Amino acid sequence: MGEPGVKEVLSLQDLQASGSVKTGRKHILSILVENKPGVLTRITSLFARRGFNIDTLSVGPTDDEHISRITITLDGANHPIDQVTKQLHKLINVLKIRDLEPEDAVSRELAMFKIAADTGARAEIMQLCEIFRGKVIDVTKRSVVVEVTGTVDKIEAFERNVRPFGLIEMMRTGEIAISRGRGET
Amino acid sequence: MRAVDAMLECLKAEDVDVVFGYPGGANIPTYDALYDSGIRHILVRHEAGGGHAAECYAKATGKVGVAFGTSGPGATNLVTPIMDAMMDSVPVVFVTGQVRTDLLGTDGFQEADVIGITMPAVKHSIMIQDPSELPMAIKEAFHIARSGRPGPVVLDIPTDLSKADIEYEPITAVRLPGYQPKSEGNVKQIRQAAKALAAARRPVIYAGGGVILSNASEELVAFCRSDRFPVTTTLNGLGGFPAPDEQWLGMLGMHGTRTANYAMDEADLICCVGARFDDRITGKLSEFAPRAKFIHIDVDPAEISKNVPAHIPIVGDAKGILEKLKVEYDALEADSARLTDWWQRITGWQAKHPLAYEDSTDEEIKPQRLIEAVYEATGGEAIITTDVGQHQMWAAQYFHYNRPRQWISSGGLGTMGFGLPAAMGAALGRPDQTVVCITGDGSIQMNAQEFATCAQEGIPVKVIISNNGYLGMVRQWQELFWEKRYSSVDMGQYPDFVKLAEAYGCTGVRLTNKGTLVDDLRAAIATPGPVVVDVAVTREENTYPMIVPGEAARDMVG
Repeated sequence: MGEPGVKEVLSLQDLQASGSVKTGRKHILSILVENKPGVLTRITSLFARRGFNIDTLSVGPTDDEHISRITITLDGANHPIDQVTKQLHKLINVLKIRDLEPEDAVSRELAMFKIAADTGARAEIMQLCEIFRGKVIDVTKRSVVVEVTGTVDKIEAFERNVRPFGLIEMMRTGEIAISRGRGET
Repeated sequence: MRAVDAMLECLKAEDVDVVFGYPGGANIPTYDALYDSGIRHILVRHEAGGGHAAECYAKATGKVGVAFGTSGPGATNLVTPIMDAMMDSVPVVFVTGQVRTDLLGTDGFQEADVIGITMPAVKHSIMIQDPSELPMAIKEAFHIARSGRPGPVVLDIPTDLSKADIEYEPITAVRLPGYQPKSEGNVKQIRQAAKALAAARRPVIYAGGGVILSNASEELVAFCRSDRFPVTTTLNGLGGFPAPDEQWLGMLGMHGTRTANYAMDEADLICCVGARFDDRITGKLSEFAPRAKFIHIDVDPAEISKNVPAHIPIVGDAKGILEKLKVEYDALEADSARLTDWWQRITGWQAKHPLAYEDSTDEEIKPQRLIEAVYEATGGEAIITTDVGQHQMWAAQYFHYNRPRQWISSGGLGTMGFGLPAAMGAALGRPDQTVVCITGDGSIQMNAQEFATCAQEGIPVKVIISNNGYLGMVRQWQELFWEKRYSSVDMGQYPDFVKLAEAYGCTGVRLTNKGTLVDDLRAAIATPGPVVVDVAVTREENTYPMIVPGEAARDMVG
């Protein structure tokens, strides 16, 4: 500071470190990959090796048959997301990764619930179905299977509501998400 | 043309003149094609030897190394070199045979899921599904292995596909939309780095193996000479900055010099070039360089802020970035006088804590003395390869490396058994140079079968065994941290290395005279062909100084 012969071109004290920040929120990574054998294994193997925890994972085709989309949700409280995405980018078959901001994307999940439904309870379950815009897709004397689509919150709310009737089993696909607006995800 | 014949044409197009490998049932077609291909094949005695030799052919020359192995056990024997190449970013293409496609997944004879087994150990891997893919796969494999941050690529070829006929057209370009390594550094960030360096009062340049890989040593030296920047390197960076030198602090890290580690500890700005803040460098991470801001130059964006958050990240190839950084720095006309106090502090440490050992008062040869003697006997000019352990650290400390690719060692993975095949690879890549393998009596036995390869092929490596009859580094840790409970580290005096060398058709020499050690070494090294020199050294000598595992660098001991 003002010493003779020393130029203060920049103050080291003002430099801020970047990267490796844990955001503390849920992240949805939308990943485009080449549709080649073993690509999913490369991704899950990478997560396992680096100690990253996957919350949900879903894989499906895109409008281009050579390209698949993998949607992964993970908790930004446990991992620095930039490190996860940078490691993923190193995989040769990974084409594009987008860390979708919750406000910039719409996300949905499909769930199927097999609920114990003796004649007495059935009406009430049907009513819940209506409220949650669920669909009954199988009925037997002692059970119904209900399909519900929506946000994770909605699916979890439906689960809480039907559990008292006797939830025999539940299956969830994991979230998929698409960006809002005209641009590609 | 058969797919394998096309493959060898592709290898020639990639400038491959030597391949290391081992034939077996599933890759006989490849060997049939090799028979009159004009490519030199070195028949190693174990696939691991071939893999390490290919790595070190690459390390010594800067070209891509190539190793062949058959399916199943041939391929699994390559796993260690593959992982070694991954850890040290060595460009190698590993080509493995695979069982016939109709046997895949049936637990066929000598079947192993090589792609699966090696997945976490490769930069990329390709399983051939159709014989016509082979030429493009070779092109991609070489491109991926050598560009960006280099690394190993595995190519797995089912034996029926390798025999199939294909239309061969030379491949001129690859199309890899998911792989576009960045080479140019961001100009603004480079300018910012130059300004930070000009503002720093206690800067340190911390360079790693990336400088060697990027062929950026000249640029590193030129940049460091722009001012009186103190320089240290990692184990893999040795030779990237010429030693000895006024600006050279020695290696840093677990067995680095106190000066280098203390300078990192007190620095206000650390400029990391092609290194990755490995735990052997930082010691206790939370207490690493607590006063420093970090410039981090690396071609791999995932390394930046992985272990230590960077203040000025620069992604790209070190060579071009250092060149630009020098221009930007010179333009600032910073006053070197600001570094006077810092150099006073550094020279104080250098005077107080030079690398030193207590020489024996009798005829016993200290292992450190042996390294100094090798340095003198070779005029400091030989290419040195090492194995892993105490001898490796002494070779890093007491031999001064004055040029890149002179020092070849297994850094990240720390693979015992690396040194001898490494020397073979280096000797074949650089026939103009003397290649000396400094090894220990433990490590050498992990790939000693390659003495036969050296004898048969006339590979003139000079192997110097620092023989203490112990797995010395483990013994040292047991002495220091496990109450001297020497569990399974005593190797005894087995085998007789002179007889072993002779049995393999190499020259074997035992040196015991401390007074004539340098001359005797010189004579041994001058002996034509492969030579094995057995030197009994102090049994219980420790490698110092040392950062205690899990402790801060400033609290080095010894």
